Amino acid sequence: MYQYNDFDRDFLAERNAQFRAQVERRIDGSLTEDEFKPLRLMNGLYLQLHAYMLRVAIPYGTLNGGQMDVLADIADKWDKGYGHFTTRQNIQYNWPKLKDVPDMLDALGEVGMHAIQTSGNTIRNVTADHFAGAAKDEVADPRPTAELLRQWSTDHPEFQFLPRKFKLAVTGSANDRAVIKAHDIGIRLLTRDGQEGYEIIVGGGLGRTPMIGKVLREFLPKADLLPYCEAIVSVYNLLGRRDNKYKARIKITVHENGIETIRDLVEERFALLKPQFGGVDQKMLKDIEAQFALPEFKTGSVAAFKDAYHTDPVFRSWADTNLTAHKNDDYSIVSISIKKHGETPGDATSAQMREMAAIARELAHNELRISHEQNVILPHVHKSHLPAIYARLKAVDLATANIGKISDIIACPGMDYCALATARSIPVAQQIATRFDELKLEHEIGDLKIKISGCINACGHHHVGHIGILGLDRAGVENYQITLGGDHTETAAVGERAGPGFAYDEIVPAIERLIGAYLENREDENERFIDAYRRLGLAPFKAALYPEVKADAA
Amino acid sequence: MSKPFTPKVVTANALLEGDVVYLTADDQWSRQLADAEVIEDLAHGDLRLLDGSSQPDVVVGVYLIDVALEDGIPQPTHFREEFRTRGPSNYNHGKQAELF
Repeated sequence: MYQYNDFDRDFLAERNAQFRAQVERRIDGSLTEDEFKPLRLMNGLYLQLHAYMLRVAIPYGTLNGGQMDVLADIADKWDKGYGHFTTRQNIQYNWPKLKDVPDMLDALGEVGMHAIQTSGNTIRNVTADHFAGAAKDEVADPRPTAELLRQWSTDHPEFQFLPRKFKLAVTGSANDRAVIKAHDIGIRLLTRDGQEGYEIIVGGGLGRTPMIGKVLREFLPKADLLPYCEAIVSVYNLLGRRDNKYKARIKITVHENGIETIRDLVEERFALLKPQFGGVDQKMLKDIEAQFALPEFKTGSVAAFKDAYHTDPVFRSWADTNLTAHKNDDYSIVSISIKKHGETPGDATSAQMREMAAIARELAHNELRISHEQNVILPHVHKSHLPAIYARLKAVDLATANIGKISDIIACPGMDYCALATARSIPVAQQIATRFDELKLEHEIGDLKIKISGCINACGHHHVGHIGILGLDRAGVENYQITLGGDHTETAAVGERAGPGFAYDEIVPAIERLIGAYLENREDENERFIDAYRRLGLAPFKAALYPEVKADAA
Repeated sequence: MSKPFTPKVVTANALLEGDVVYLTADDQWSRQLADAEVIEDLAHGDLRLLDGSSQPDVVVGVYLIDVALEDGIPQPTHFREEFRTRGPSNYNHGKQAELF
């Protein structure tokens, strides 16, 4: 993985020193809050409901054991002993004190991490497929591209005051695990006629006006990536609306101007920019690529795995649910569920972080990933280590066998933490997970994506959940709207609203009725919820959600 | 006839710790809503909002919230403000751990 060079280290040290001085000046009264707020946001520091919150970027979700250890140390030293992994491959600390934040940033800087551009109207943390470099189905590792984009976008002088925030995601596989069609720019690595390049998608996004991204360029040669992205962002920087915050994202710019107009403007700008890059970016990319070489894979017997698989049904259940095919047949990708039933989705304690770091170091080539689904991944695990890893995860409550199931819920922090939220999300996720665990129906139900947001901004990706839940404030009471049929993958779709919302104490029973209708109506156990919904449409699910309407009509 | 005035309290977040505070009658900031000055009319509310906002070295994000009086003690009327009086629902953190 990428190692910071002297330039990176010096840049970060200088930036942290600047912010330290800004915090001091805020505390001694030299800076007003109006002056300080944009400065703290540029460095990832928010003020939430009960406390400050520091959002730390984990670029393209990749980190090593040493970095995970530092995340744990920060949680213990300056927070309450845990961190929250988010849908944008960040980690958030919910309880920092203002005066401690510069020390937290210095500690991060020591291991090549930062919180720069995790807020504000600028290019945010570049995200990627969390199975990058390991997935059997990938064309190429998306992370060198993501790292190049990170370096290009960090402190880019032209793009610090965009009309609105700007998010990039990169995947190297046709099976999209990075939700690229719901990003401002989505990038997919591909090869055509033996040539490496990218499909460029633009104008996707969730929030109050969800849009699926549109293809801007079907094939962009590899060497053209940075000038082309710079052309897109600079066209948006001029054309994007600044008169209305709710119409300021590039998805609206694309929608209002049309994809053809945007394409013409981008191509025109690209023609101007391309000669200015002069190949230095491609030289940098070569250097970056060398740092993402595959680990030296272990060879040896995988009998220990096979034995455990055949003799231990609990291990087998975990292996069936939490492992994914690796490009090396003797290896597996392990998804560690940060979704134990009843716990907060995405929250890991410092002890759990340290154990994951230790496992990575000792048994998994010292690599970890954070997924946008708020889980942690060990991308390279020789199968002989799986029984030992399972036992160690189990000892720290990290062996829940629920990846991709009903309790593997994305939930934003909601009104338990977030100042923007209109309702709580975490307790709804906790209760759904607990309820279906009690019913022992999780594995019977099979693959299902529930995604919960506590406000219209959709950090919990509810629009693209098979079942989406949106928490709102209706006349001073929490109210939850259900959407059905959303899809976050390469066949991305925005879910359809099922009908009127449900009160806080009605939402879990409503989900239970919905699942009951699915189990009753599915063709067989191989038909997933989303497939049954596509085949049957809204009607049977709506009838289950609103039985009283049916009864009234009868 | 105009609508009866809903009693109000001035609230903010503390600059250094970030936690929720309420303005008291003697211009201090308390961590507990029970200590807050209850404002009974509009003009006084505007004035106290200005008073609160004039302490930018102590607090951030000053605003008025509606309260209902129960035995003379102010209680929040909106669920968001109720959460702010105690902390998150998933852990015993924040005010519920520190004060009660």
